[in-house]
Amino acid sequence: MYVIVAGGGKVGFYLAQELLNDNHEVLVIERDPMRAAAISEELGEAVMNGDGCEATTLDAAGVARADLVAAVTGDDEDNLVVCEIARRRGVPRTIARINNPKNELLFKRRGIETTISATQAILAQIEQELPTHDMIPLLQLHSGLELVEIKLPETSPVAGRSVREVLLPPESLISLVVDPGGVPRIPSGDTRLNPGDALVVVTQRESTELLREALIGSTHGLDT
Amino acid sequence: MNVLIMGCGRLGARVAGQLDAAGHHVTILDTNPAAFRRLPEGFRGERAVGNGMDGPTLERAGIRNADAFLAVTQGDNRNYFASQMAREVYGVKRVLCRIYDPVREQIFREMGLETFSPTSIGAQIMVDMLLNEKAPGRP
Repeated sequence: MYVIVAGGGKVGFYLAQELLNDNHEVLVIERDPMRAAAISEELGEAVMNGDGCEATTLDAAGVARADLVAAVTGDDEDNLVVCEIARRRGVPRTIARINNPKNELLFKRRGIETTISATQAILAQIEQELPTHDMIPLLQLHSGLELVEIKLPETSPVAGRSVREVLLPPESLISLVVDPGGVPRIPSGDTRLNPGDALVVVTQRESTELLREALIGSTHGLDT
Repeated sequence: MNVLIMGCGRLGARVAGQLDAAGHHVTILDTNPAAFRRLPEGFRGERAVGNGMDGPTLERAGIRNADAFLAVTQGDNRNYFASQMAREVYGVKRVLCRIYDPVREQIFREMGLETFSPTSIGAQIMVDMLLNEKAPGRP
């Protein structure tokens, strides 16, 4: 696979190093000549000094034959522009690092589905430890799927029901049930759901609110 | 018309002054309050301090009531980003965006943004001045 990494900071550098170790063809584009030279000492030919936001730089990097472009600079606006230009040049997959989690909406609106936010990841980790958040996003999967964890409250409309009886939004699946004692089970249709159980559910991103309603009830759906 | 301008540089301040004089309601946004000194004397519009790439800042500056959004900071990518926020997130009807880099400007225009490149326009004027002794588009 040919991967272009825009941004040679710590994220870009270690990403490129890992990809090279996995025998992928990699090119890091770094704007700062000093930084580019430093990367070159470690990664050899796999770095190019230039502005990845400029179409001419991306063209010189062979963007037209890239399988993937990862925009991982520390500036969300630069990452958006890199992904937009790459997509215009026909790159099938773009990944953007997002620094301000609030910007995720814009990337999604612009059709850049795969976004990674360290801020968001840390936030999710913290929220996982707070019982007030009843639905925790665990992982964004490709093509609009998302993995979420939902803790069933006492008032859950599905409390006491079996998995088979639960009406879920389309393309959703309860993949794991963790009881209050922390014991995980892969559920069957007969598995009974109880208050305090934590469910790990695969769902479509746009169905998360329906999912919340189905498993938690509508009165809890106001805090997002 | 309610107009929100991001960037109080020479262009932003000048456009703000002209629209204000024409009777429009102008809010101008800049990260640096010292930039507002570029506004013409008697400017009646509002000045807002903050980063226009941030949703809450745009909301404080009144983007929800804006009929037009003008992105004229020094950064092409910042202008593009904020313009897309104005368009995609806040549904502003007219979004104008300055992009210095002619190549990027063309790409963004093809994607449906109302963009212009002062580099392309300036180059054309200079060539016309030199070779044709007249400069169309020159004030």
